[in-house]
Amino acid sequence: MALPELVLSLLRRGPAHGYDVKRDHDGWFPDGRPLAYGQVYATLSRLERQGLVTVQETRSGGGPQRTVYALTEPGEQRVEAWLAEPADVASSSADEIVRKTVAALRSGGDPGPFLGRQRAAHLRRMRELTEGAADDDLVARLARDHLVAHLDADLRWLDLAVDRLADTYPTQEAGP
Amino acid sequence: MSESHDRLVLELNGVEHAYRRTVALRGVGLEVGPEEVVAVTGPSGCGKSTLLHIAAGILRPQAGAVRLLGEDLDALGEAARTRLRRERVGIVLQFGQLVPDLSLLDNVALPLLLAGEERAKARGDAAVWLERAGLDAPLGPSPAELSGGQAQRVAVARALVTEPALLLADEPTGSMDTKGGEHLLDLLLGAARERGAAVVLVTHDNVVAARADREVRLRDGAVEAEAVLR
Repeated sequence: MALPELVLSLLRRGPAHGYDVKRDHDGWFPDGRPLAYGQVYATLSRLERQGLVTVQETRSGGGPQRTVYALTEPGEQRVEAWLAEPADVASSSADEIVRKTVAALRSGGDPGPFLGRQRAAHLRRMRELTEGAADDDLVARLARDHLVAHLDADLRWLDLAVDRLADTYPTQEAGP
Repeated sequence: MSESHDRLVLELNGVEHAYRRTVALRGVGLEVGPEEVVAVTGPSGCGKSTLLHIAAGILRPQAGAVRLLGEDLDALGEAARTRLRRERVGIVLQFGQLVPDLSLLDNVALPLLLAGEERAKARGDAAVWLERAGLDAPLGPSPAELSGGQAQRVAVARALVTEPALLLADEPTGSMDTKGGEHLLDLLLGAARERGAAVVLVTHDNVVAARADREVRLRDGAVEAEAVLR
């Protein structure tokens, strides 16, 4: 899971402290595993060291100290590049494709270009798998069939996502 | 015209078409090079089949230009257009579209006979292609007795028998299961590769589209995206 990029996309909507980041993440992905606070703060600290987020203010109104983080320009560039780039088909799970789409939509971006690139990446991988299939023995062929079937399932979801976006935003290419 | 355009097997420019008030294609362009396999995909009703019928010269577009093997279809008379299609283009339509009153052998031999080939030679070539398609020609069933998948195989044999420079196929695996579809595509694409023919595959099936060198995706009668797959 690309947690740093997800945290960056959560900060696209405005400065927030760790608690907000965790709460919004769990709201974006209600079926996923909730983020642990430790993960959130460790990620934010790492992103700060990398110059991708900056500490905007530190509040301590009687309770525990709260640090508010804001996205920097390099952070915005990183998250935009991540949202635009197709997930690595050979190694990533379908989960990452859904996460990118959700992150783009929830942070006010347009997932259309990403969905198009992901479709092409999936088809290219499927083509590679199909090309060598004739030389396979039965066992290799079955393993290959399984990969192709999974790619096909992802592709169906990608097509459906594009269709639904086109229905929802008919005057634009895709996205809000 | 540039040399590269001279070499294109198929070239559509600004093609528009409507059925009564329903717009099927709005300004579509498509170029297919020699030996290239292009998949035309998109949701139902996006204009894929209309595009294929226009590329084949079966349907005349209401606007735009179509060049098939260097010939401007609009400038050709009906007879010349039919001859070009019959002799240089192989077409596989959905559900095979076989002639029910002819034997399988004569169905496959038909394009050769129409092109003026001598009967014995036409039937000999047809038998070879039927065999490659996995069907026993002399003892074979009548078209009405075939399954959907078998009819598609005969249709592919019929499309290949003239050894065309361009193969156009509309949902060629539409009525087939995964393995049957795979065999049909192996036959169609294998023959095209052997003969150096270009192929346009209209399909809604991603597994079929992934066999192409390039994907052209339509939505609402326009090209939404293109992707190189090779």
